[in-house]
Amino acid sequence: MINFHYARATDVADAVRQIAADPRAKFIAGGTNLIDLLKEDVERPSRLIDISRLPLKSVEETAEGGLRIGALVPNSDLAYHPLITQRHPMLASAILAGASAQLRNMATTDGNLLQRTRCYYFYDTATPCNKREPGSGCSAIAGLNRMHAILGASEACIATHPSDMCVALAALDATVHVAGPAGARGIAFSDFHRLPENTPQCDTNLQPNEIITAVELPARGFTVNYSYLKIRDRLSYAFALVSVATGLELEGDTIKEARLALGGVAHKPWRDPSAEAALRGQAANQSTFTRAADLMLRDAKGFEHNAFKIDLAHRAIIRALTQASRGTPQSQSNKKIR
Amino acid sequence: MARTSTAARSTIPAPGKIPIVLTINGIATQLEVAPWTTLLDALRDHLDLTGTKKGCDHGQCGACTVLVDGRRINSCLTLAVMKDGAEVTTIEGLATNGVLHALQQAFIDHDAFQCGYCTPGQICSAAGLIAEGKAKSSDEIRELMSGNICRCGAYPNIVAAIQQAMGQS
Repeated sequence: MINFHYARATDVADAVRQIAADPRAKFIAGGTNLIDLLKEDVERPSRLIDISRLPLKSVEETAEGGLRIGALVPNSDLAYHPLITQRHPMLASAILAGASAQLRNMATTDGNLLQRTRCYYFYDTATPCNKREPGSGCSAIAGLNRMHAILGASEACIATHPSDMCVALAALDATVHVAGPAGARGIAFSDFHRLPENTPQCDTNLQPNEIITAVELPARGFTVNYSYLKIRDRLSYAFALVSVATGLELEGDTIKEARLALGGVAHKPWRDPSAEAALRGQAANQSTFTRAADLMLRDAKGFEHNAFKIDLAHRAIIRALTQASRGTPQSQSNKKIR
Repeated sequence: MARTSTAARSTIPAPGKIPIVLTINGIATQLEVAPWTTLLDALRDHLDLTGTKKGCDHGQCGACTVLVDGRRINSCLTLAVMKDGAEVTTIEGLATNGVLHALQQAFIDHDAFQCGYCTPGQICSAAGLIAEGKAKSSDEIRELMSGNICRCGAYPNIVAAIQQAMGQS
């Protein structure tokens, strides 16, 4: 691990001031990903600015009937928070599908959004990687790419965003609140993470010296007809090969509102307005779900080791929509997929 | 083993050590740590509390699990300096007055280990699990203990031991 300086931020404005004063400084909160990247020499900051003591740890109701989640709420506290389990059970389920109990106790809301890909080559400093070292090349495209993207990839990068929580936040139309030298702003969740294009070193549209202060959920929560279905190589404690977050509002058998997001398949949680449009107003049945799955994956492209993910994602979408329509969401402790 | 780079270490002058206070197993302890010293290394190398084990050193095996302010965490992915003022409980702090903690006794009763290397982390993790109160069924225990790997494969006995201790708590 590289040597670095350590400082604590006293408030959000101080955090922004401190990071702006040192171009090689980084924020640290839960540290579960950053400290690992420090040990691997992938991250080499001059200074860590500890924001873990800032008062951004509450979940509050908004005037619009939504919820404002402080950036530093730990993943486990969020997953078990009564307002989340009652109003946004899809989010609670997605959080509990990720990592381990220990890591969820440490990891924060903002850090979950900002965690880096787990592409093997990004972690291996002996190999080229455009995300780690722009212009050096992508080792995954012709290398081991079982975990990699089938949607939205570029010739520069086929890495995936590893989060489960973010897949649910995308499906729920969350907003990311940030503060920076130019003031505060909100970023729609679908605009927060980006596709790699030819600048894969940028995971998000967060600007230099900006800090996440909160994630806001709108009032609509899909409390009955939802599911988070995660398919992985082990039953627990593994990153998704494919995951599906879905929420439906049904009137009888007819779908009034639909959300569908995929994890493990792209550089960001993947949503497709045409697939959701194909669900709205239709009967909640196998042929409707199949059409949505077709649309979600119409531009999917596999590489040598991950082409299986296209069929896997297709089946997972149909299964998750079936679970949601029946009001029988995937359990995150009994892993039988019904 | 984590790789270390000699070149990386010399890129900036080494910042000075930072004084911190940790209350470890009930005893307030002052120490000075470099910013990059993990809680795991502080416990093992600075304080000779070697009950907490270094397995993968990357948050993947759970051998380093300790309780910080009552919550189970991976001490290998925690900077000691960030926990200044915290209460830390390690495997050395679970027994009281020479009487084993219910989990320690249950692990013996159920033969819930073979080599024993993961056991301190398993027991601290299980103590956190019981305090959280979210696991009732064996499925839920397995899921919420999935951050602790046992290479010897003692999992069925570990679950049985945790169920025994849960029944007593």
